Amino acid sequence: MAWVWFHKFGSPPHFYRIAGRLTPWLAWPALLLGLAGLYGGLVLAPADYQQGDGFRILYVHVPSAWLSLMVYVVMALSAAVGLIWRMNVAHAVAASCAPIGASFTALALVTGMLWGRPMWGTYWEWDPRLTSELLLLFLYLGYIGLRNSIDEVSRADRASAVLAIVGVVNVPIIHYSVIWWNSLHQAPSVMKFGKPTMPASMLVPLLLMWLAFTLLFGALLLIRARGQVLRRERAAHWIREALA
Amino acid sequence: MNAPATPLPAAALLLMRRDLRLALRRPGDSLLPLGFFLVITTLFPLALDPDLSQLRDVAPAALWVGALLSSLLALDLLFRDDGQDGALEQLALCGQPFAVLLLAKAAVHWLLTGLPLVCVAPLAAVALGAPYAAMGGILSAVLLGTLALSLIGAVGAGLTLSLRRNGSLLALLILPLAVPVLIFGARATALAIAGEPAAAPLYLLAALAVLAATLAPWALAAAVRIGLE
Amino acid sequence: MSLTNFLHMGGYAPFVWPSYLLSALVIVFNIMAARRSLRLAQQAARRRFDLAADRSAS
Repeated sequence: MAWVWFHKFGSPPHFYRIAGRLTPWLAWPALLLGLAGLYGGLVLAPADYQQGDGFRILYVHVPSAWLSLMVYVVMALSAAVGLIWRMNVAHAVAASCAPIGASFTALALVTGMLWGRPMWGTYWEWDPRLTSELLLLFLYLGYIGLRNSIDEVSRADRASAVLAIVGVVNVPIIHYSVIWWNSLHQAPSVMKFGKPTMPASMLVPLLLMWLAFTLLFGALLLIRARGQVLRRERAAHWIREALA
Repeated sequence: MNAPATPLPAAALLLMRRDLRLALRRPGDSLLPLGFFLVITTLFPLALDPDLSQLRDVAPAALWVGALLSSLLALDLLFRDDGQDGALEQLALCGQPFAVLLLAKAAVHWLLTGLPLVCVAPLAAVALGAPYAAMGGILSAVLLGTLALSLIGAVGAGLTLSLRRNGSLLALLILPLAVPVLIFGARATALAIAGEPAAAPLYLLAALAVLAATLAPWALAAAVRIGLE
Repeated sequence: MSLTNFLHMGGYAPFVWPSYLLSALVIVFNIMAARRSLRLAQQAARRRFDLAADRSAS
């Protein structure tokens, strides 16, 4: 039964239609949750005892960083599905992930820098999280670069799928090796957050923002993927109806 | 499908002997990455203070940046000739497991470009102020590191096989994947120079090399097949 | 909390507000880029398949 659903979703006309209908159901809740999270994070949450109001950058930095990683995994998974089952829809999803993931990785880096400046005294620190985030950005850019350099869509799909899969294997390796490397060169100023003991008034807006960003990614993905599916489609019959 | 006439080990050895023979006709090609490595490690003392006791601190970085960049340069050799004259396609179609044949090619490539680096790196390290006692550790680190880099780089070379000479894209693809090798290799080198046991990063380097050896053949076969279309 | 206090963000304003502004820009850019990408693909598909229809019809 699940297999039937899987193949149905993988059929381009179905995907195109369902994705189109699903998008508002992700986009509007994302907006509402985001507004609620913003209000909670900027207005309601009390200032942190150590970082004052500066900690509020958390509410955009953490969801961006989460997206940067999650999107890469989605990209690699859908690339693998596309490669193994030769599904154009899966390749379309993978292609759609890349620009979204790259931009939120860059955002995570910049907000991390803006957070670091008042806390560490410097815009850049070779902190394990910033460093592995920077490397993640390079992985995205490499993926996008490879896709752009191959003209034929099917080959670009499959080559970048191999790259995405190799990269995703490497993401935890990069993450842990950078942590290990950094722990050896640890600068005395470690950013403390009191994370496990974050009070609900601080935590709830974070969860709302996290959820909002995730739903936003879903909506963006569906929008882009529909276009990517169209680009890969040869059969005309459903397109004329769908686009009429 | 009928089994091919030649058993796999014999076929792989045949390929390796052929690659070696061809490469040794043009030794300049294989020595180029080595020369590049030596130039880079020479640049560091020129750009910094030539005082050996200070260079010692920079030696791990200089060695590994040099190793990484010369590996990158060396990758050009891997599929260039066979890709151009169609031999690579013949290998893909000949009926032997493509992944094993590509692994054999990568092994020869390492022998030609990585092994010289392994021999020279301890000497370069000494020139940068490392004590003689560090040579063993440095040797092991560069041995494992160049093996891993050859394999990782080969995957990148396979992916960019059919592209117009775009060396910078290859670098962009490979460098993030090569960072763990750089980190552990430089760490092992630094520990060896300081006279401390370098077992931990060496084991991690070995793990990376083994991981690369396990995954790279699959990725290589997939990448080169796609690149050959 | 007064508006001035809110904007001041305990002195961290030059870091907090640019972060939020940038985030808003990235989000808006993503939305616009995604929709544009879809629109262009739809136009291209229309051209491709309307031409095919004309060719097969004539």
